[in-house]
Amino acid sequence: MPKTATQYSRRNFLKTSGGVVLFIGASGILPYLVSCRDTRRMKEEFARHPITAWVQFSEDGQIIIYNPAAEMGQGSMTSLPVIFAEEMDADWARVSVEFSPQEAEIYGSEGWTPGSKLMMTVGSRTTHSYWPVMRKAGAQARYVLLSSAAGHWEVPLSELTTSEGVVYHEKSGRKIEYGQLVPFLKMPEVLPEIDEAQMKKPGEFRLIGKVLPRTEIPEKVNGTALFAQDIRLPGMVYGVLERGNLHGSRPTLTNEAEIVGMDGVLKVVPFDYAIGVIAQTLEQALSAKRKLRIEWGPSPASGFHSQEVFETYASMAGQPERGRVITEAGDVQQAIKTAARTYSADFKNDYVYHAQMEPLNAVIRVAEDLQSAEVWVGSQQGPDTKLGVPGILGIPHEKVEVHLQYLGGGFGRRSMNDFVEECAVLAREVAPLPVKLIWTREDDVAYGAFRPLSLQRLTASVDARGTLTSLSHCVVGDGGNLVASGVTNTHYDIPNQLAEWRGASHGIRLKHWRAVGHGPNKFAIECMLDEIARDQQADPVAFRRKLMAKSPRALATLDKAAEISGWGEPVAEGRAKGVAFVEHGSLGTGVCEISVDRNTGDIRVHHFWIALDAGIPVQPDNIRAQMEGGILMGMSSVLKEQITIVDGRVQQSNFHDYPLLRMQEIPDSIETVILPSGERPEGVGETATPMVAGAIANAFLRLTGKRLRHMPFTPQRVLEALSSS
Amino acid sequence: MAKYTLNVNDETYPVEVAEGTSLLWVLREHLGLTGTKYGCGIALCGACTLHIDGQPAKACIIPVEGVASGQRIRTIEGLSEKGDHPVQKAWIAAQAPQCGFCHSGQIMQAVALLESNPRPTREEIKTYMNGILCRCGTYMRILKAVEMAAGTETHVES
Ligand code: FES
Ligand code: FES
Repeated sequence: MPKTATQYSRRNFLKTSGGVVLFIGASGILPYLVSCRDTRRMKEEFARHPITAWVQFSEDGQIIIYNPAAEMGQGSMTSLPVIFAEEMDADWARVSVEFSPQEAEIYGSEGWTPGSKLMMTVGSRTTHSYWPVMRKAGAQARYVLLSSAAGHWEVPLSELTTSEGVVYHEKSGRKIEYGQLVPFLKMPEVLPEIDEAQMKKPGEFRLIGKVLPRTEIPEKVNGTALFAQDIRLPGMVYGVLERGNLHGSRPTLTNEAEIVGMDGVLKVVPFDYAIGVIAQTLEQALSAKRKLRIEWGPSPASGFHSQEVFETYASMAGQPERGRVITEAGDVQQAIKTAARTYSADFKNDYVYHAQMEPLNAVIRVAEDLQSAEVWVGSQQGPDTKLGVPGILGIPHEKVEVHLQYLGGGFGRRSMNDFVEECAVLAREVAPLPVKLIWTREDDVAYGAFRPLSLQRLTASVDARGTLTSLSHCVVGDGGNLVASGVTNTHYDIPNQLAEWRGASHGIRLKHWRAVGHGPNKFAIECMLDEIARDQQADPVAFRRKLMAKSPRALATLDKAAEISGWGEPVAEGRAKGVAFVEHGSLGTGVCEISVDRNTGDIRVHHFWIALDAGIPVQPDNIRAQMEGGILMGMSSVLKEQITIVDGRVQQSNFHDYPLLRMQEIPDSIETVILPSGERPEGVGETATPMVAGAIANAFLRLTGKRLRHMPFTPQRVLEALSSS
Repeated sequence: MAKYTLNVNDETYPVEVAEGTSLLWVLREHLGLTGTKYGCGIALCGACTLHIDGQPAKACIIPVEGVASGQRIRTIEGLSEKGDHPVQKAWIAAQAPQCGFCHSGQIMQAVALLESNPRPTREEIKTYMNGILCRCGTYMRILKAVEMAAGTETHVES
């Protein structure tokens, strides 16, 4: 039987007894090797920075590469090690992958702010931001191997070559495997800065761009992959919180004595916004939670009704004063004054919830003296790699050790530390007993942090030849960038543009949700383009083609998507195609084919075609998987998902009232073509999702002549649109 | 507290828990069989799917006392010694999982399907698998993997 997690054995960093670890310093610091037997020394080296261990070699040829990013299904556990292994010229069959320690000064990248070092798996930036880091480290590791072989054979380094884990000296016909070099490894006097020009060219790649199975998939099909939910530690107790469904409301517990007297209950722990219970077993904690009698105070959300706020938003969008300008080019007012025709429309979207399949949870053990802690968690990391725990416990950063686990979905929810901090509070109460904090699905929904609802008012003008001369985009909603991301059009050549945000505040918890504001904003932009094209009697693809004339990479995705979808060819009776373009790191055009049941209001998506430019495609099959998943999550949110608020209270609580897309609703096919490119890789996790709403609504418009302007397109809204005049 | 004896993956497990405790918590938190996941607790996500006497069932809504009289409980851990059950192999070949959290349930449901209907049509697969949610959207590959395991895979665009 496969091992279970009864006795939790963590993926012990640097646990092997043989081999060496290669420490590669940031500029100026000499690299060196430390034997894996010398654990104390290795620990010391880790404590010093900026020294980075990316790889561990053993005599038997096994290689461990450390992955600094979270793995939530997006494939970082393979893509980053592949980049490293490519430059190191390793034999991929001998590579295994482990998470690196959560130390940003050592393992961070500059992907977010130049000069910074962050470990943060957000915004689909992992591959893009670690690309230079992993390449250089891999190249330096190879250099160490080469110089050691040169010393061992007493030949010039320049006469050596490598291939798939072997060093060759052609002149003498000698060769040696990387593993066999371990006893002879010596650090060179200087480690040269290796620049891009000395690295492999795309044509020389053996691993990058090839279809490689993902490293962590076998564990995920035999039940041994460990999510934080699966962690079990000796003496572990269980924590739950009742947070209510009115965000920010203060609880008063009226039956504390009864709760404390319940079987197994160890402690009641009040929070500002919740009542926590710690009990011996999970079922005891949950029964106590059900018994809590709580009076909830008012909250900033009290009195807020989500479905009534759009009227207010529309009148805010109509005010003459501008909000915060996000981009401005040319003069939209002037363009409108001289326009042959103008267009204006409002687009809306409701709150959506992450619904990551693994509800939030964490396990924390605080030491008896309260001076250190260990954390087991599935987290997308963040500016604080210790996830807020040092602050809660009032202890130094280095006294907290984070053991990153696989994430049962992230989508932006797990780059917020609320659940980790809650667990730290509970664990402090019962130190040194470890506490597993479980959020039930009901907790996860009701105390969710949602993608905000918003309204987009788009106003556009065309000249007498039907050319788009201006587009202004006003977003109204709570959350700044959470509603405003994706308003900028860098690939459509529109001379006059204005994008601005007008803020509201409702006391509802908000968070990045896969693709953030791109979902609602690309929906609005792409629908607006089709509405104009329709009025101008232009084909939607041809209309976009003109706008993309100066963006050849974007245009290539449009043309390819049109080609593979058979755009312009006749479609089956009762069906229509719609198109949408999205830039989110990578550039993509999506085309879908839909039909509508005019009796029930159900929209059926039959096919989706995507053409994508992601720069150098590091793992093509994984890119396809991200497109498929992005489209299906997009369909789920666009057709079904809706959180509503009544008098400040979240109305949904589980999958019966927050349904997700199921197997019977999937399209017959999702086809992705990845365009060849030699440019730096771009993120792919959030490019497909924001295509969906625009493509469906545009297909709907072509099929029915009616407009869908409010997400989600529930059957009821579809029927209303069909019967509108 | 009451004592129960469970037959899980052909092994006998004694356990002492309160009556009414769900099989899911017993397996995960008392017996350490954590391959079966918790996703909703109300039989709507399928993350906790396992087999009871060969039939797929949702462990989150089964009280322990209902399966403690000799019923054969099979979890993902009991599917194969080395993760090489034909369905697991198909899952790897199709590179089906993303986050992977739903896949124990997906695989257990698929195994139950193929044990009762070795060559299901595509529509039969979709219907049978409909109760198991995947938020990452891996359904295209799940479908492909089931067809591969059944030997009916023609060409699923994905
Ligand atoms: S946890 Fe049992 S069906 Fe969701
Ligand atoms: S793979 Fe993540 S929920 Fe299915």
